[in-house]
Amino acid sequence: MNTNLLLAGFGGQGILFTGKVAAYAGMLDGKEVSWLPSYGPEMRGGTANCSVCVSESPIGSPLVTAPDVLVAMNHPSLEKFEKTVVPNGLIILDSSIVKDEVKRKDVRVVYLQATRLASDNGLMGLASMVMIGRLYKETGFCSEASLFEGIKRSVPVRKQSLMDKNIEAAKIGIKSGE
Amino acid sequence: MPEKVLMKGNEAAAEAAILAGCRHFFGYPITPQTEIAAHMSNRMPKIGGIYLQAESEIGAINMVLGASAAGVRTMTSSSSPGISLKAESLSYLAGSDLPAVLVNIQRAGPGLGGIQPSQADYWQATRSSGHGDYKMLVFAPSTVQEMVDLVVDAFYLSDKYRMPAMILSDGLLGQMMEPVVFDESKVKKAPEKPWATCGHGDKREHNIITSLFIDPYDLDAVVKARYERYEHIKENEQRYEEYCTKDADIIVVSYGASARIVRSAVDAARKEGIKAGMIRPISVWPFPDKPILSKINDVKAFLCVEMSMGQMVDDVRLAVNGKKDVKFFGHTGGVVPTPSEVLEEIKKINRGA
Repeated sequence: MNTNLLLAGFGGQGILFTGKVAAYAGMLDGKEVSWLPSYGPEMRGGTANCSVCVSESPIGSPLVTAPDVLVAMNHPSLEKFEKTVVPNGLIILDSSIVKDEVKRKDVRVVYLQATRLASDNGLMGLASMVMIGRLYKETGFCSEASLFEGIKRSVPVRKQSLMDKNIEAAKIGIKSGE
Repeated sequence: MPEKVLMKGNEAAAEAAILAGCRHFFGYPITPQTEIAAHMSNRMPKIGGIYLQAESEIGAINMVLGASAAGVRTMTSSSSPGISLKAESLSYLAGSDLPAVLVNIQRAGPGLGGIQPSQADYWQATRSSGHGDYKMLVFAPSTVQEMVDLVVDAFYLSDKYRMPAMILSDGLLGQMMEPVVFDESKVKKAPEKPWATCGHGDKREHNIITSLFIDPYDLDAVVKARYERYEHIKENEQRYEEYCTKDADIIVVSYGASARIVRSAVDAARKEGIKAGMIRPISVWPFPDKPILSKINDVKAFLCVEMSMGQMVDDVRLAVNGKKDVKFFGHTGGVVPTPSEVLEEIKKINRGA
């Protein structure tokens, strides 16, 4: 299975980190992976996004222009990228932040109150991990073991104390889809 | 087997230099290559190396010149406008037969241009990085792993041929993460450098490193000798990858990040029954004309795809020498071509347009 992911939201929501977790998880499953951030001026205080490819074969363009899955964590991201998702693709929205509904009828949509779920469980700021848990549950783009190991490998050394909380948040996301 | 890690192209380039034995890095920040300097500033103090942020790009490359003259493996990095600033000293390095590795994570030009990926410094890298008759070794990676492998090789070849080597990459490769392995067994040791000006305790004659030759006949001879070396390199150091070229009617020539997009386009063309293939130069100086010459009678036409207005296409046309059509497709300004755009160009050629 090949999955092209586009993750987008505000700077500070952990979008780039979440993409890194997805890429690591794919790599640990033995797949080819790439991770490409937006690094333009828009990332300064505005929206941040990143492309992640998880593939059975070598990856051509790492720039995802037609995502199989869009993970949108703010309104501008949905507005900008809704139209780019492939037909029959998937959009996962953090509906605690994005109040609008997806207009397209040819895609599957998951409305997940990730930010609220995170804060209700004392995991403020880890909504993006809730999102990736659900992403895994919906698509099976990686194995569960690789998802958790991907989190372990992505958390920087100086933030090791937050590891368990990241994994807990991902588990909440997985559970939300059961 | 060393562990596979996920790393940005920029960080991987820096770590590869350390793997190759570089312990003297002189840098200056500029988007999109700043992670190279940042990584070096973090790592060098921990391994007994020198990281120095110079007062400018010009300062940094002149420090490289000094370190190289003293006989150590040394590197600097920048992005397009910063590379222009280094022009003078690149010429001095070449004119003094000094090795050094320089990384250019290209951004859009001319002028300050923009910070998105570009390949518009090809002419600069392969033709005229500075004044005078000289060449640099120029390598163009297409994956983060290749970035690592080419940085390691660039140090070796730069030492071997006593000339500067450039890694010509771009913001896409610099910013993206891919799995990489750092394999110590691939590192070749630096040769002895009896020419280095590193102190001799009155045990031998002074070594003199200079690019100044006042007598025109002296300089003529020195440059001509250097050009014999360049001919040897052209014959022996061409690097390239061929992809689906065996039965190809249309061969796309593309390097670096563009070649990744072309690979997807070639796959898509094959699915539609079009016999497309790709020649991917890995060394762009020396330019790999051998694979082009070997395919010249078998193909309908060549297509060159670049993130520029068409620069490497000159080298393709020189190799083809009028025997076949050489078309060009590109975007510039920081726009990355899409596989479907390239596929459309391949189809046009296939239709005979």
